[in-house]
Formats: sequence, structure tokens, C-alpha cells
Amino acid sequence: MASKLTQSNRAGWVMALPGVALIAGFIIIPFFLAFAFSLTNQRLASPNPTEYVGFENYRGLLGLSVFTLQPERDDAGAVVLDKDGDIKYPRLRKFTRKNPDYPHLDGKREWFSWQSGEDRTVVLAADVVFMKALVNTITFVLVVAPVQAGLALCLALLINQKLRAISLFRAVYFMPVVVSIVVVSLLWQFIYSPGDGLLNNVLRGLTFGVFEPRDWLGNPSTALGSIMAMSIWQGVGFHMVIWLAGLQTISPTLYEAAAIEGSSKWQTFRFVTWPGLRNTAVLILIVITMQAFALFAQIDVMTNGGPLDSTQVLVFQAVERGYGKQDISGGSTISVILFVIVLCISLIQRYLTREKS
Amino acid sequence: MKKLLNAAVLAGIAMAGSAHAQAELSLWYHGAGSANAEEALVNQLVEEFNASQSDYVVSIETFPQLAYNDAVGAAALAGELPDILDVDGPVMPNWAWAGYMQPLGIDQSKLEGFLPGPIGVWGGEVYSVGLWDAAVAMTTRKSTLEKYNIRIPTLAEPWSGDEFNAALQTLKASGDFEYPLDLGMAWKGEWYPYAFSPLLQSFGGDIVDRSTYQTAEDVLNGDAAIAFGEWWQSLFADGMTPGTSQDAADRETGLIEGKYAISWNGNWAAPGVVEAFGDDALFLPAPDFGNGGTIGAASWQFGVSATSQNPDGARAFIEFALTDKWFSAFSDGTGLIPPTASAAKNTKFYADGAPLEVFYALSEEQALVRPVTPGYIVQAKVFEKALSDIANGADVADTLDAAVDEINEDIERNSGYGH
Repeated sequence: MASKLTQSNRAGWVMALPGVALIAGFIIIPFFLAFAFSLTNQRLASPNPTEYVGFENYRGLLGLSVFTLQPERDDAGAVVLDKDGDIKYPRLRKFTRKNPDYPHLDGKREWFSWQSGEDRTVVLAADVVFMKALVNTITFVLVVAPVQAGLALCLALLINQKLRAISLFRAVYFMPVVVSIVVVSLLWQFIYSPGDGLLNNVLRGLTFGVFEPRDWLGNPSTALGSIMAMSIWQGVGFHMVIWLAGLQTISPTLYEAAAIEGSSKWQTFRFVTWPGLRNTAVLILIVITMQAFALFAQIDVMTNGGPLDSTQVLVFQAVERGYGKQDISGGSTISVILFVIVLCISLIQRYLTREKS
Repeated sequence: MKKLLNAAVLAGIAMAGSAHAQAELSLWYHGAGSANAEEALVNQLVEEFNASQSDYVVSIETFPQLAYNDAVGAAALAGELPDILDVDGPVMPNWAWAGYMQPLGIDQSKLEGFLPGPIGVWGGEVYSVGLWDAAVAMTTRKSTLEKYNIRIPTLAEPWSGDEFNAALQTLKASGDFEYPLDLGMAWKGEWYPYAFSPLLQSFGGDIVDRSTYQTAEDVLNGDAAIAFGEWWQSLFADGMTPGTSQDAADRETGLIEGKYAISWNGNWAAPGVVEAFGDDALFLPAPDFGNGGTIGAASWQFGVSATSQNPDGARAFIEFALTDKWFSAFSDGTGLIPPTASAAKNTKFYADGAPLEVFYALSEEQALVRPVTPGYIVQAKVFEKALSDIANGADVADTLDAAVDEINEDIERNSGYGH
């Protein structure tokens, strides 16, 4: 096989050359450049020479410490309570800023903490924004991948019927995919507008005025969910079409046989449709996962990562640092980390969905 | 049609030029598709310069503002910078430091009588000069303030911090407005450091220590800055002003529609306010929170790129533009502030008794340029994020500490940015 590829296939190689050259030029080389940059202090624009810094960029992003805060005590040794009756702790900044006794905490910030007895255990991160971006991105993927794939399958089943004007339905569901995500984001910003925005108005109308208007994108607890909902709405049509293509490859004779055997609708789906969609499902899951990891435009247009970092995601941070803050090395480091994560997940998915022979 | 005509004129000039060995100069301009007359005026400026002499031909290329800085960065990496660069004032030190620009080297007498904002200085040399400046003011209506018995402040005696807060309380208590104050939180990006860092300066803080430009410690997280942060947070917590999710449309029209009582807005929005309210429109100086009232300065300016083959031609073009005629033309077309008093006299917005005259005085008295350092690009982003986070309820001291750490780390990683 290898010898045939390399020796007697010159025409094939020539034809592949443009594609290979483009992929090498725009994907493979930039990736290796990103890895190289992540080991330096490369800037976007600077008269200073670039220096090799080893894994400092990775330490700056991934560094974590755990620290136990002891409550403040009065002279008698009793725990001091604040006016709400909560235990009072010393400010964390006393330990993390220029404190020679705690050099490993220097410059770190609180990521999250929990109470254990009287003490409070704090997890500090060297780069809290990156950590939040990482968690948000993973949350986004965990929610969007199954929901979007499931919803797309439901839509595909609905439109895979011989009804009058079925292509109208297909077109309607597919429409959001054709519109640029930037335009969709701008439109949904109006839908999510606080106060008398469209969504607030509709919900108030449906609940006869009981619903309290919400600041969908301005509230840390609803911002990421709002962006998820919008992203699913925008992307679902594309995957619906892929499911549809998969559905149409299943031979009608199988359905006829199932009908003759007297199988119920659920049994037909479970034992005929679903096994027939196996390869499609693998493809869709991997594609959605990768697309979800690349979440950027919605954030850039709608929230810029706010409020309070509730919508920070990895790609947005990579661009923000690389271009916005001219720190190419920092942006490259995030890209490399993202690549490793996506690679691992793809490998795991492939392993879990492999053909068991 | 007009573009075609321009192209034809340019082509004609270029052909005529080949006989006289005219040098070709390129100019990049940031305002493609801008709503006002600025773009047309820049084109007209180029045409008149080309017609005025026979040594040089300037050709203009316009970019959308959002893509402009990236385009310049990419061109610099590729060695394809134009001869004449259009540069935002606070960004100039970064470009000069990175080697995109060379000192302007034009006749100093051309810059006499200028407001401080439109002249871009880095390392003791003038690198860029603007044909206009911009200013912000507390925009409101005389009738509103009189109705609620609020003193109308003057440049000599602006509102004190307490007076301003009390005014907001009064307006809020009246229940006549959705919010008493509109800070323009919908305008992300450069608006935050441009419009809000002066308020921090009025408290006695700053984005970075301007004596050395090597640290933000004690300046951005000192007592004054924390006091500013607490005040800033209270504006949002007390419902005085819409937050970071403000609707961009409300920002544009909220004051005129009566949703907001006072709007912290720039002179570019002032013509619309004057049109709506007439003599009732008021443009008031920034409140004084203890360290004097301050507003931002410096807008887009022209400079010469470091790789220009014809810096003399670029200089000739910029000197050609530096006349009262063009200052007045740009001001009339765009509502921006002319850089000299003599030009201001001949404009429809800034002449004696004209509706926006007060902005010239604001620029003259209160304006302070943003930190003049190559690190400003990063510092502006850090400041924007800190202010958004504080507005959304983050702990003030911790947020400012984090901002200081990020700014200091960036300065260190850039070996002090050449100060």
C-alpha cells in the first residue's frame, strides 16, 4: 500500500498538492508555530528581542494553590463574627500580595472556596480568568453537544416524512445556519435586551404579567445559558441535515420488514433507525464537540466574556490576549492547551464509539 | 458614482504624474463607512493636496475602524506600511515604540496655539498631530436641573463629588427617569478608559503611575482608586445608571427620549442634543471629586510611517492639512472640536455663542491625555475589564489588585516599554 502510494501515483500526488500545500500552510505550520511561540515571550509588535522562557506561559495559566484561611480571633481567642453573624476572615490580599512568608501565593487570586469547620479552604489560581474560561467552555460543550445533537435528530425525524410542503419546513429549520453567526448574535442581543426586550415581553405576555423581566446577558447566572440557547438554535439546522442524510440511507425494506413483524414506533426507532444512524451519530458528536470548543463570535459580539467572567471561553481569551493585548505567546499557549483538550476528547470519543468486532 | 469620479481624477493625476516623475504616497484612513462627513472630507483633503502641487500624489485607502489597527499591525509585520498613517492618539506611543512610525519633523510653528490633545508626543518628539480633538461633558437640560433645584455648575466651579451624588439622588427620588445618569456602558472598548479614567483621576488615582510608567501599584489600587471603585460600584448597585448590558439604542436616544436625566457623552453626540433641546441643552464640566475635574483628550491623528520612502512628501501632506481652513471644515462636517482657537472662531459649532462653544473650553481646561506609554493598549483593556467587573458587583480591592498585577506583569514582560 505504502509503496503504491509513493511510487506509481505521481498524478495523484500532483492533484493533492494544492490541498496539501494549503493545509500545511494555514493549519499545520501555524500549529507548530503556536507551539514554538508558547515557549517564548513573543509579542505582536515589539522592538524587544523574543526570548525563550520554557514553560513559564503554561505555569502562568495553569498554576494552582490551595490555602486554608483561619478566622480572625479576638484577644480571648474567640472567632470574630461580622454583623451578619458570619465568621470573619482576614483579607486574602494580605497573603497573596508581596508577602514574603507566602511566596507560592504571590499574584494568585481566589478561584473558589469552601467552608470546613471554622476554616475556609481557598483554591487560588495563577490565572483565574483562564480557569473560568476553561470551565465555561467545558460546560458549554457538555450542554450543547448532546442537546443540539438530540434536537437535530428530532427535527430530522419530523421532516423525514412524505408530507405536503415538507421542503418548506426543511428550509425554515435550515435558515438560521445560512445567516452569519455575527448577524444572529446581533439580532439575539435585541431579543435578550433587558427591560422591554422581545423575550421579556413574550414571557410576560405568556404568563399574564407574572414574569419579572430579566437582564439575560447582564446577569452572571443567565448569560452563558442564553448564549447556549442561541448557539443551539443557530446550529441545529446544519446537524439536522446530516441526520436527514443518514436517515435516508436506511433501506425502506428494513422498515417494511419491521412493520410486517408488527414492531411499534419506538421499537422501529430503537432497532432499525438508531443502528442505521451509528456512523452519522459518531460524526455529528465529534463535529458538534469541536465546533462548541471553538465558541467565539457569539461571545465577541454579545458579552465580551462578561458579566464577571461568566461567559469567558478559551478561544475568546486566546484572541483577546494574542491580538487585544498583543501577547502572541499567551494566545498561543491557550491555543495549544485547547488543541490538547480537543485531541484527547476526540480520541476518547473514537474509542467509546469504535466498531466492536 | 462619486467614487468612480475620484478614481478617474486620481488616475488622471497619476498619468500626468508619470511625466513629471511625481512621487506616490499612500495614506491609510480608519473611517470607512463612518456616518458623518469625515470620510468625504478626508477624500477632499487628499484631492486638494494633489491638485495643489506637482511633486507628490497621495492615494487613500480606507478601512473600517474595527479592523484598522489590526491591518496596520499586519502591514508592519509584512513591511507594507503606507507612507501616511492615521493613528488614534493613545495608541501612537505603542506604534512609535514598535517602530511603525518616525518623528513627524514638521515645522513647530505649525503647532502653535494648539489644544494639548491633538499633538502626540512620545520620547520628547512629536510623532502625530490631529486635525481635531474630542471632549466629553455631562449632557443634560437646563429645565431638568431647574425643576429639581440642582445648581448649574460652571468650569470655574464644577459640581463637587457630594453635590453630584446628591443631584443623582434627587433625580432618582423624583421617579421621573428610568435612570438619573447614563454613562454609556453600552459602548465597550476604548470608551471605558477614555470616558471613565478621568473620573478615577479626579479621585486622585490613575491607570498607571505617570512619573515612571513602570507600575500601577498604589495608583490603580491605592486608597483613592478604592474610593473611586466603591463609588463606581454604588452607582450600579443603587440603580443610578444602566449596567454593562445597556441597550446600545438606549445609549443613542435615551437622553432625548427622557429615559435618562444626565448623559456622560462626547461632543460628537452634541449636535443631536442641540437639535432636540435647542437652548435648553446643557453641556457641563466633569464633577470634581477632589483632584479637579478631568476629561480625556486626543482623537485620531496623522503621522509618518517608519518605512516611508518619501517622508518629505508625507510631511508636506500633513502640513498642507494643518490650516484653519481644514480644521474648520472638519469641525463643521463632523461636530468635532477644532484644535486651535482661531479655527474655532470660524466654525458653526464652536464660534462665540455657538451651541458647542463650551466644549472648546472643556478641552482647554479639563483635558488630560490618556497615559502616554506603549503599554497603554494593554492597560486600557485591563482597566475596561476591571470597571466592568466592579460595575457587575466584583470586590473592589481584589479587582483593582488583579488589574495592577496584570499591568505590572505586562510592563515587566516588555522590559519597561522603553521609558
